Amino acid sequence: MDKDENFVIEVEHLWKIFSGCVKDIDVTDHSSLARAEEEGAVAAVRDVSFKVKKGKVFVIMGLSGSGKSTLIRCVLRLVEPTAGRIIVSGEEVTSMNKQQLTDFRRRRAAMVFQHYGLLPHRTVWENVSFGLKLRGVSREERREKAQEVIEKVGLVGWENHYPSQLSGGMQQRVGIARALVQDTDVLLMDEPFSGLDPLIRSEMQDELLRLQNEFNKTVIFVTHDLNEALRLGDQMAVMKEGVIVQAGTPQEIVTQPVDEYVERFVQDERRVADILEKEEKYSGIKVVDSGKSKTRKIRAIGIVRGDKVVP
Amino acid sequence: MFPDYFRFHVAPHIDSFVKWMTVAWGPAFDAFSNTVLSMLLRIEDLLLVIPWWLWLTGVMLISWLQTRRVRYPLALGLLLFSIGVFGLWEVSMETLAIIITAVIISLLLGIPLGIAMAESERFSAVLTPVLDAMQTMPSFVYLIPALMLFGLGKVPGVVATVIYSLPPVVRLTNLGIRQVSADVQEAARAFGATRWQMMRDVRLPLAVPSILAGINQTTMMALAMVVIASMIGAGGLGELVLIATNRINVGDGFEAGWAIVVLAIIIDRLTQGLGKRWETPKT
Ligand SMILES: Nc1ncnc2c1ncn2[C@@H]1O[C@H](COP(=O)(O)OP(=O)(O)OP(=O)(O)O)[C@@H](O)[C@H]1O
Ligand SMILES: [Mg+2]
Repeated sequence: MDKDENFVIEVEHLWKIFSGCVKDIDVTDHSSLARAEEEGAVAAVRDVSFKVKKGKVFVIMGLSGSGKSTLIRCVLRLVEPTAGRIIVSGEEVTSMNKQQLTDFRRRRAAMVFQHYGLLPHRTVWENVSFGLKLRGVSREERREKAQEVIEKVGLVGWENHYPSQLSGGMQQRVGIARALVQDTDVLLMDEPFSGLDPLIRSEMQDELLRLQNEFNKTVIFVTHDLNEALRLGDQMAVMKEGVIVQAGTPQEIVTQPVDEYVERFVQDERRVADILEKEEKYSGIKVVDSGKSKTRKIRAIGIVRGDKVVP
Repeated sequence: MFPDYFRFHVAPHIDSFVKWMTVAWGPAFDAFSNTVLSMLLRIEDLLLVIPWWLWLTGVMLISWLQTRRVRYPLALGLLLFSIGVFGLWEVSMETLAIIITAVIISLLLGIPLGIAMAESERFSAVLTPVLDAMQTMPSFVYLIPALMLFGLGKVPGVVATVIYSLPPVVRLTNLGIRQVSADVQEAARAFGATRWQMMRDVRLPLAVPSILAGINQTTMMALAMVVIASMIGAGGLGELVLIATNRINVGDGFEAGWAIVVLAIIIDRLTQGLGKRWETPKT
């Protein structure tokens, strides 16, 4: 079988360097890279390669600031990759011109954002149908399709409210609905369920699994929650400082973590608590255990280690 | 004494340049002049056709719709009434017509300029110092080019007013568009919004409160300028103030000045309310 048919998403040697004013960075040249970094450039994604088969969910985990969002943004070229290739359904995204890229974004892939990114001056249903509007779909059809997904995400009755009138979790669901309504083969989800309460969260996970089984969606999914990763992921990668330190099936990663960093992500509740305690003793900083899931605690470790945590 | 042989005058050259311009571009200036004048007169007619009591109830009603209180509409109504009591109704409408004409032209020029500034870094870099200069220059200076190109009368008054009142709406349109959250714009881009769709559906609507603030400021500046523009024959309340000052006629000067303040308050209240109304559905 042709390899292009097999893999829907292929990422090859992808680099993203936020360079500010530093120019002409040759990623293959170590000294050039080191010099750039000295001058303040941040290599958020370093030489990342992975492939996702059709109908599979690829989960990315990693501490805050490890480059997950940057990586997923690169797929839509919302941030322009510095080097490397991205191929989606056999088409090379990294070499598309403006018009091809616009068409690709409208029809081939839809994204759920960590920070929602809803239009504050549009109502829920207008937000949900925004992508359809950009495509030029008629108002009646938009209304109808939006209604369908609004039901799916459980926001019936809120259609005519504005985002600012909704809770964080509800806004997140609007963001999810906005991506689902596009009916694209590829879904890019950046911590889509992190703002939801456990009940709705597991409902949304079920819904995603159902969609993915039924319509064979290919998904890149960023999460901080190991349970979620195990539940949804067919493949999984753990990132650290822009590099994929381990990739494989979630089971592989849980049973054979390659280093201590990965291990920390795959510990059970008990072990995480231990690390937390150790960290507290070590750093002298008291991390308040809010009794929430271990996502919180892993994030908390991030705080102790001095990483940036985006609330 | 400064030596005479260093002496050189630009004045005759400027004069001849302007003369050449008015001859060479005469038809264009005439056409522009006529358009502005007919627009101005039509607006003035419209303002005068509306009977005074309708004005009064109209202003009070709008004010009530905006504030939902009795106090403000009542105060505005009384103020407006006092203009009529002083016998300054027609003259005030004359001034108001110039303001409205100038503001319309300012917005037609200013909003596109502000959008262009937000879209293009280079254009913004060119226009910013120009706007700075326009805002620091004393307002009298604007009378000169208007006078040179259009002579005396209402049209040069409108032109000077437009130049003076243009900067705020340009600036605040630009600022409002640039302040639109990067997250929202990124999301729109991710769903395939083109540059034009981004401007029309995301950036411009979210910049509206800022643009409305710009319109408010532009209107207030137009009012300030229209008084000064009476020096080149724009007429209206400014002319009365000017005459009163020349004759040291304190009482007349006060009445005309009062009418100007009243206009300022009413215009300010109503245009500010516009901005607030727009913001309410979002919060
Ligand atoms: N626009 C930008 N300009 C400069 N640096 C950036 C930019 N965006 C991200 N970075 C940097 O790139 C690195 C990776 O950021 P990224 O947002 O991808 O992390 P993340 O893994 O998604 O973290 P989180 O779990 O908090 O969402 C960080 O060091 C961040 O400071
Ligand atoms: Mg992120």
